[in-house]
Amino acid sequence: MGLIGESMDSIKTLQIRSTLSQAATLGMIVASALMIWKGLICITGSSSPVVVVLSGSMEPGFKRGDILFLRMTKDPIRTGEIVVFNVDGKDIPIVHRVIEVHERQDNGEVDVLTKGDHNPKDDRFLYPYGQLWLQRHHIMGRAVGFLPYVGWVTIIMTEKPIVKYILIGVMALLFITSKE
Amino acid sequence: MHSFGYRANSLLTFAVTILAVMCAMASFSDNLNTPSPSSQVEVLSINWFQRQPNGNDEVSMTLNISANLQSMFTWNTKQVFVFLAAEYATPKNSLNQVSLWDGIIPSKEHAKFWIHTTNKYRFTDQVSHFWKLIFTTTSSNQCQIFDLVAIVGKQSPGKRIQLDIALACHAQDWKDVC
Repeated sequence: MGLIGESMDSIKTLQIRSTLSQAATLGMIVASALMIWKGLICITGSSSPVVVVLSGSMEPGFKRGDILFLRMTKDPIRTGEIVVFNVDGKDIPIVHRVIEVHERQDNGEVDVLTKGDHNPKDDRFLYPYGQLWLQRHHIMGRAVGFLPYVGWVTIIMTEKPIVKYILIGVMALLFITSKE
Repeated sequence: MHSFGYRANSLLTFAVTILAVMCAMASFSDNLNTPSPSSQVEVLSINWFQRQPNGNDEVSMTLNISANLQSMFTWNTKQVFVFLAAEYATPKNSLNQVSLWDGIIPSKEHAKFWIHTTNKYRFTDQVSHFWKLIFTTTSSNQCQIFDLVAIVGKQSPGKRIQLDIALACHAQDWKDVC
């Protein structure tokens, strides 16, 4: 009886230790991913350094599902640049090209008009009612690099959340049953 | 050590590394190409010049645009987005850039073109300034040739080639066409 009791205790402590160390490893991975993300935000100067192209309005240049790397510098905004902006109140990043710039003499602020390459009209229908121009604070960054197709993962997970849950479930299962 | 999973993992890592190296080389090889694009724009006529209901002046013009952008295409080039912008200063704004026309060139074969068109987008300013730019010049019964030089943007991540752009008025006697 005593022997069984002792071995049960030792098994329990072993399991607790390994579970704790697994949890610590998981915590490290999550923390370092967060650090990398925040570091990217600092380096690129943009509040959202990586965005996914959600619509086909910039075809054939950028297709739906491409990932864009953004960078925001203090350089003036000029026509022809591809910028990513948010309209007030909505959290969806829109990737379009600047087609008009009016830079004021006195304070250097700009009024910017954008248009998607594939759209017939400019973006005024996207701006809130009464707003004719974008200002610098609407713009999150300029596109400096891109990866095709990789963004489909994010699109599928956002539009069909069941895939997200399945994925997390599978990962959790693998994690728990792994022997390391 | 020799399980299927281990081998598949190392194969995948190797493949991704090779892919990354190739992408970097492709990007880098773009620097070796020095593009020498040429273009010419003529404003043939000012079609109309009116004041919109909101008080802004609007100009419509007919343009001849010809360009040879074939040297801009490398094997890494996806497309060239070409646009024509009028750049000018007004008393209120130190810089205005208004895009009048744009087009996408998907491949080298299409990169040499000549097109006769009106401006694709309405040419208006934020306030009514144009009469200073245009009205005084056309009222002297001479056709003015505005030299609008094309800005060319290159569609590959992060790289842009810009030609000089100017909106200049040259007072010239127009002999035949006007």
